[in-house]
Amino acid sequence: MAGTALRGRLTWQVAKVAAVAAETASVRTITLDVPDWPGHRAGQHLDIRLTDEDGYVAERSYSIASAPGEPVAITVERLDDGEVSPYLTDELRAGDDLELRGPIGGYFVWEPGDGGPLLLLAGGSGIVPLRSILRHRERTGSTVPVRLLYSSRTLDDVIYRVEFDMAASGVEVVHTLTRHQPPGWAGYARRVDAALLAEVAWPAAGTPLAYVCGPTSFVEAVSQALVQDGYPPQRVKTERFGATGGT
Amino acid sequence: MEAVDGNAIGGLLLEVFGTEMTDAPSVCASCGDGRQVAELVVYLRGPGTVVRCRSCGSVLMVFVTIHDRTCVDLMGLAVLG
Repeated sequence: MAGTALRGRLTWQVAKVAAVAAETASVRTITLDVPDWPGHRAGQHLDIRLTDEDGYVAERSYSIASAPGEPVAITVERLDDGEVSPYLTDELRAGDDLELRGPIGGYFVWEPGDGGPLLLLAGGSGIVPLRSILRHRERTGSTVPVRLLYSSRTLDDVIYRVEFDMAASGVEVVHTLTRHQPPGWAGYARRVDAALLAEVAWPAAGTPLAYVCGPTSFVEAVSQALVQDGYPPQRVKTERFGATGGT
Repeated sequence: MEAVDGNAIGGLLLEVFGTEMTDAPSVCASCGDGRQVAELVVYLRGPGTVVRCRSCGSVLMVFVTIHDRTCVDLMGLAVLG
């Protein structure tokens, strides 16, 4: 069986970078050509492994930004003190090799059959798996109503801004800018809290399905507020990125 | 060190168990709290990967990988999968 990958067993493989595109000053979307990609589900992630010349290995997880059926893409925010992200955002070029394994995840995923209405809550780069869900909804012709509440530091930090400005039918996008707002900004200008959620979130009585992704402190605050508001805990899916990224 | 959650060890668990585990049920052996693996508290940057109960904080699982071999301690769990 030499040279034959064991089906169903997750193994590291080498992908080729097809393209690198700037989303913001510190965020890049990296499109990958992955041989034998089995297909992914909306909301899943993959692991990236970098190996130093002296053998030091660093692994990180990155959410898949593209919808199922689209070329695999990840969106990476540069963390200034990061071991992996500065290489991915600053050094990586089309044609480079990148070691990865995936797709990974069976919890923070959405299929049209899961229904809604959907409440998507993103802090900073926590938007990435939610963007995959939004694209999947659109590509499958789902009519599930969606509200996306997206917290960023400034307008310039909003990832996929142009895409969200042209949001699909049935998708409401609500921004909050926590650090700086441009002149004339009419949107929210504070951190997501219970009061803001009371204005934006679907009423719990409508059996909404919530996906919350972002820095750990953001996810904890938002998910607890939703449960206090009457959302059943099993209808609030959470994914925590740690202390990374800004909201 | 700030915690993440069980989503972050999906790849590790796939490698160890050979199947997707983030949506698998788990039960804490200390307090009986039942949650899907994705919802557990995970610390990644120690000498090993430590998974704790979101309810009582007990250590549920520990993973240490050396030279491509992963040692797995599941002693804190009453149920997994």
